[in-house]
Formats: sequence, C-alpha cells, structure tokens
Amino acid sequence: MITTLEARNIRVKLGRKEVLHGVDLTANSGKVTAIVGPNGSGKTTLLRAMTGEVPHQGEVSINGADVAQLQPWQLAAVRAVQPQSSSIAFPFTVLEIVRLGLSAGLSAADSSVPLKALATVGLAGFAGRMYLDLSGGEQQRVQLARVITQVWEPIVEETPRWLILDEPVASLDIGHQFTVMDLTRSYAARGGGVVAVMHDLNLTAMFADQVVLMEAGKVAKTGAPAEVLTDEALARTYGCAVPVNTTPPLGIPFLLPQARRDMTPHSG
Amino acid sequence: MSALSTNITGADPTAEPAPVEDRRIRARRLTLVLIGLLLVVSGLSLTTGASGASLWNALSDLVAGRELSTMDRVVLLDIRLPRLCMGILVGASLAVSGAVMQGLFRNPLADPGIVGVSAGAGLAAITAIVIGGMLPLAVQQFLGSWIVPVAAFFGGWGSTLLLYRVSTRGGHTSVATMLLAGIALGALAGAASGVLVYYSDDNQLRALTFWGMGSLAGATWTKVLAALPIIALALAAAPFLARGLNGMALGEAAAGHIGIAVQRVKNTSILAVAGATGAAVAVSGGIGFIGIVVPHLLRLATGPDHHSLLPNAALLGAALLLAADMIARVIVAPAELPIGIITAILGAPVFLWILLRRRGDLGL
Repeated sequence: MITTLEARNIRVKLGRKEVLHGVDLTANSGKVTAIVGPNGSGKTTLLRAMTGEVPHQGEVSINGADVAQLQPWQLAAVRAVQPQSSSIAFPFTVLEIVRLGLSAGLSAADSSVPLKALATVGLAGFAGRMYLDLSGGEQQRVQLARVITQVWEPIVEETPRWLILDEPVASLDIGHQFTVMDLTRSYAARGGGVVAVMHDLNLTAMFADQVVLMEAGKVAKTGAPAEVLTDEALARTYGCAVPVNTTPPLGIPFLLPQARRDMTPHSG
Repeated sequence: MSALSTNITGADPTAEPAPVEDRRIRARRLTLVLIGLLLVVSGLSLTTGASGASLWNALSDLVAGRELSTMDRVVLLDIRLPRLCMGILVGASLAVSGAVMQGLFRNPLADPGIVGVSAGAGLAAITAIVIGGMLPLAVQQFLGSWIVPVAAFFGGWGSTLLLYRVSTRGGHTSVATMLLAGIALGALAGAASGVLVYYSDDNQLRALTFWGMGSLAGATWTKVLAALPIIALALAAAPFLARGLNGMALGEAAAGHIGIAVQRVKNTSILAVAGATGAAVAVSGGIGFIGIVVPHLLRLATGPDHHSLLPNAALLGAALLLAADMIARVIVAPAELPIGIITAILGAPVFLWILLRRRGDLGL
C-alpha cells in the first residue's frame, strides 16, 4: 500500500503570474518533511495547493488516493491542516476550539483527546480560557492542539495520517518551538506523516528528515538536511552568505549568519 | 479562572474542571427555562389586549361546560390565537435567521434586517402585492395567499446571495463592506418599493402601508398557514447547520480541513435565512433587531456553540417578540404601536454596543 503524500507537476497562477512552475514533492510517512526557501519562493502556495486552498494544475495524492476525488470528511479523516494564522469569529473557549477537531465537532461525546492534545502543546490548564484573550503564540498552539486532535492516532487501520503545518513555530518562543518540533518528530516516529513549511533553517536541520528547498516557484534541491543545507545552495537561493557548520556528535548542520560587514562584497 | 492559573506547568490535565461541559449543561438548562418562558408569555399574550375578552373567563366557561360567548370566541380564536402563532413563527424565524447569518458571515453584526435581506424580501413582497393584483383573477386565486411569502423568499434569497458575493472574498467577510452593501441594498429596495407604490390601487396601498409598519396586527389563520411551511422548512434545516457553522468560525478553509462541506453549508444557510426571513417579512413586515439581540444575549449566556444557540434562539426570539407585541398592544391602548418601534428601541442600543466593542475590527 502507498503511504506517501505526493504532489505532481503543481502549477499555480495568482492573477496572471504563474508562481509555481511544475513542482514535484514526495513526502513519506514516518518522516518529517520540511519545505524551506526565501520569502516569495512559493512554500506556502505549494502547501495551499496541496491542501486544495488555491486552484492549481497537477495532481495531489494522499496514501495513493487522488485528493480531488475525496470528500471533505474523507480527507479530514487522513490529514489535518494548520493554517498560518487563524482568526476566530466568536468567543469560544480554548477547549471548544480544540474539540472542533473531533470528527463530530462540538456535539461529539466526551473525549480525553482534546485535553491530552492541549497538554502536549504546553497548554494544560488553558481549557477554560477564552481563545480571544490568549497571546498570539498561545493561540497558535491551541490551533495546533485542534489539528493534532483531528488526527490523534498517527496510524488508523494500517493507514498513516498526516499533519500539514504552515510555519508551526512562527510566533513561538524558543522553548515552545522545541515543544512543537518534538511533537512533529514523535508523530512521525509513531508512523504518521508530517509536512511543514519552515522558516528557521536550524530547527529544520535538527528536526527534519527531508528538506525541500524552494527557489522562485521551483524545487531547487531535495534531500536530507546535510545534503540540502549547504553553503552554495543557501548562498544561491537566499542571496546571502550563510556559512554552514556541523555540530560535532551528530553531524547536524547549523547556520550562523555573519554580520554584513564581515561578508565578501559579492556574496551571491 | 483566576489570573494566577495562567502559570500551570505540570498541572494534571485530567484534573481540569471541564468548562465546555459546563456551558453545554448550562445551555441545556437554558433551553428548559426558555420553553417555560415561552409558555408563560404565550399565556399572557392570549389574555392581553384592548378588548375585555379574557382567557380566564373563556377557560372557566369551557371548564363549566358553557358555550363561549361570541365575543370571546372571535377575540381568542380568530384574533389572538393566530396572532400568537404568528408571533412565535416570526420571532423564531428572525432570531434563527440572525444566528445563522452571523455564523455564515462570521460576524455578530450580520442580521437580515440590517444588511438589507429584509429589504430585498420586502421589495419582492411589495412587487407580489402590486403585480399580483394585476394578474387575472383565476391566477390570483390559484396562487392564493402563497404568492407574497414565496416572492419574499426569492427576494431574500437573491439579496443574501448578492450580499455574500459582494462582501466575502477568499472566505473572509469584510464587516465594513457587508454593512455598506446592506445600506445600498436597503436604499435600492426602498426606492424600487417607492416606485411600485405609485402603481398600486387604494386597496393595495392600504395593504402596503399596513405591511410596511412591521406589525403582527394583521395576523390571520390564512397568513399563518401561508408562512408556516416555509418557516418550518427553514427552521428544520438549522440543526443540520450547527456543526458546519461552528467549523466556519475557524474560517472557510479551516472548516473544509476539519471535514465540513463548506459550499453545502453556505448554500443551505443562505436558503434557510432567505426562507425564514422572507416568510417572516411577508406576513409581518420589517421587524428589526430580534436577529441581533437574541443570538448576542445567548452567546453571552452559554457561548457560541450553534448546537444550542440555534434552538435557544428560536425559543427566545419567539418569547421576545411576543413580549414586544404585548407592549405594543397595551402601551397606547386602545390603539397600538407598530411592533417594529418596540424592537428597535430594545435592539438598536445593543447593536451600537456591539459595534462599539468591535470598533477595532472594523477599522473605524
């Protein structure tokens, strides 16, 4: 049985301008796949094409099934999507928001999953708070708790389920960045699939199994972090010198951006 | 919860009191209270009025096995009872339409009266009254009392669709655009209605004037029966919308991702709003603010979960409209005020209050 999330020859036009020029991506379950790239390279557009939020050409399949042929509830049963930002219209409590991730929504029978999900994102005890009273980072984690509630078990009937995350750590402090990235790792370790758009290349190097580097609407490079995150590749796509080193014991790449004055004049 | 509880690291999640459950239980209790309230208000409504007829006399006559006096019979069975039924139908319709529309537009200020849906339904109703009178008699008899509510339904449907197209882009509704589009729709419908008035004869003019005031005073069994099926259908759709509207609170895209057939929810919501508003407007004219006030109060009391919000809105809307109708009937007795005046006095301040609290979102 096929246990991948695949995008084939994805093309997206925004207005008249084509912003994705035939992108291919294969994400394996049991792995964390990170999509990285400079602003405007098409990371989020690719993710939104894969989740059906923007009209596109090309095919997306999940566990071998063509996404276009699935009903919303069938899709929701195998993958959950966290948007970059979420505004909530009405005064819901934190627990109510998370319970929306249950397949029957707020009318679902009582389940311990929402409270467990809140605990895993470091929000135990927040259940009764009003969502709109929380800080941006807390709201983001509530949304993540909702998303993991939806696909709580990584494997159901031998089929992997998927977490699709758009910059899951964007407005989080460093401690919670680790909480969230650990969560994605453990989800993948238990057999689920994770695809995340990432900004932070160091976190990507630490947590991703596979990195997809985007440049100007195309995939520039795909592979393990050490293969993709190299001096030359980053200098070319990001247009600035980012020397890559490796941490001694595990050989994980890490980046230490240099101050401008220390760089050679023609870095790109 | 106290501010101290923000620092919760290491707290046992299962020891957490379950506040959602509290709100759900509270909502269920509130439903019982509202049923009681509606029964009490209904009873009062039957006994209140300009004439001396009294429910108690009538009941004691009935219990004693005596014939009802003709006056009691006429006043109770042919005037107050249809008025009561119409009040319940219209009140429930207006409140539920408001709640559904707010869920659909993701905005507590969306209300059929304010954003021009009632005006659109009203224009269609007026058109039906005027044009209907020009049709051959046989056709008129064939269409019967249905023509006005059905026309109002289509008017409401068209204006809701138009409004949604104008004010929603990429699944996000601009409040300012929605309110401004509502003003434009209302003005347009008002102007067109004005033109139609010129083409109406005396009888139609009387019907239009009476209808335009917004009142339950014209209640007859014919009107109740004409409005009943449309309103019943629209209200019956509401429970099936609850989960979808809850999901829509996350935004259209996110609602789709949790498994909601967004387009179906939108279409059904628009049809339900058009049906309930159209039928209500057709039989009672423009009665404003019930659709704003009722859902807002209920959200304050038991939260925005549509599973409880929609049924409770129907109950509270009915009770509130009956109460407003009683005030309208007794305050200047033996004459009566148009009920729209009472609901506006109650509702407009609430609208302004919500507007004031959400000024930031509106960019004002």
